[in-house]
Amino acid sequence: MVKEIERAGVTVVHMCTVTPISMTVGANRIVPTIAIPHPLGNPALTHEEEFELRYKLVEKALKAFQTPVDDQTIFD
Amino acid sequence: MSFRVVHYINQFFAQIGGEEKADYAPEYREGAVGPGLALNTAFKGEAEIVGTVICGDSYFNENLDAAKATVLKMISDAKPDVVICGPAFNAGRYGVACGTVAAAVKDELGLPVVTGMYEENPGADMFKNKVYIIATKNNAAGMRQAAPKMAALALKLAKGEKVGASAEEGYMPNGLRVNFFEAERGSTRAVKMLLNKLAGKPYTTEFPMPSFDRVAPGPAITDLAHTTIALVTSGGIVPKGNPDHIESSSASKFGRYDISSFEDLTAADHETAHGGYDPVYANEDADRVLPVDVLRKMEKEGKIGGIYPYFFTTVGNGTAVASAKKYGEAIGKELRDAGIKAAILTST
Repeated sequence: MVKEIERAGVTVVHMCTVTPISMTVGANRIVPTIAIPHPLGNPALTHEEEFELRYKLVEKALKAFQTPVDDQTIFD
Repeated sequence: MSFRVVHYINQFFAQIGGEEKADYAPEYREGAVGPGLALNTAFKGEAEIVGTVICGDSYFNENLDAAKATVLKMISDAKPDVVICGPAFNAGRYGVACGTVAAAVKDELGLPVVTGMYEENPGADMFKNKVYIIATKNNAAGMRQAAPKMAALALKLAKGEKVGASAEEGYMPNGLRVNFFEAERGSTRAVKMLLNKLAGKPYTTEFPMPSFDRVAPGPAITDLAHTTIALVTSGGIVPKGNPDHIESSSASKFGRYDISSFEDLTAADHETAHGGYDPVYANEDADRVLPVDVLRKMEKEGKIGGIYPYFFTTVGNGTAVASAKKYGEAIGKELRDAGIKAAILTST
């Protein structure tokens, strides 16, 4: 889906946990996330800490949007 | 003495009509009809189509149980030794009908059966592990290749002969593994393959990888503060109650839901439909898969222009690449038409 949406002219950032799959399939901007059942969260943290964590992850996505890339890039 | 064959086809191949006749109720005709003639030729006298069951594709798919029962009775009354359905090429409803009939013939009548269709026909994924499906081209121009393969496999089955590997007989790999001893040991085969590869000579892989094509990276966003971001997920986040019943596995659709009024997703209003990961955390707080709360904050802070009022969702669990591609195309089209330049897609 990432590729088809990007093919339509939309810059896509793929936030996902199993990045090798994303790499194999061909996403161009990838942000690794926490875990499969909660990619943008961590139930071990308090609600506030989780929000912070999520905020930082999405910030990486924003950085990825603003970065020109020629090839597949993981934004860690 | 030649084997008795009954052939199942749709209204189009029976030359009754096109879509306007797709509601044609099941009918039995003596002898071969339409593509049955090609099959008869391919049998070379060893088998013969004694009767043909014709059914409209819409009729079949809209009356699955009743149509299946009627068709099955027509087939059984003709007392065939083997049954052939289609080929359906890329016609989706026809492929589903062929697969359904073939599976029922196998399970309920206990008869050998062969069908055929294009790899991407939805009927293929649904039935390739249940019945033999000969891989065909995606349109009727492929009849000339398909008929002999289907006839050959049907004859083998009728005779009770051992069926070879999918690559030999031409049917879609059905997940069955049969161990056998290669003539040459693995190390010899590997070295031979490598030598061919190094010399630029052709070689045949023993394990083909699915091909993943590449897309050029989208341009960097220069003015994020004034850019609206769309949210898409394969993690199955849906409004509570999953109103459109997106399947927990092998999703047949994607959803499009309004988030314009949401600052934060909670257990009261959203949940996950995904059956491939432990849903507890996503059900407690769907922001853990679709970060609406954070993006709303960023919107207030002026870091992004806004969030697209609809989010798109499907379940990535076991969903066919071809299906995902279709959903992606549809979503991409809407976003492009709406002037959206950026999208975050989250996956579990």
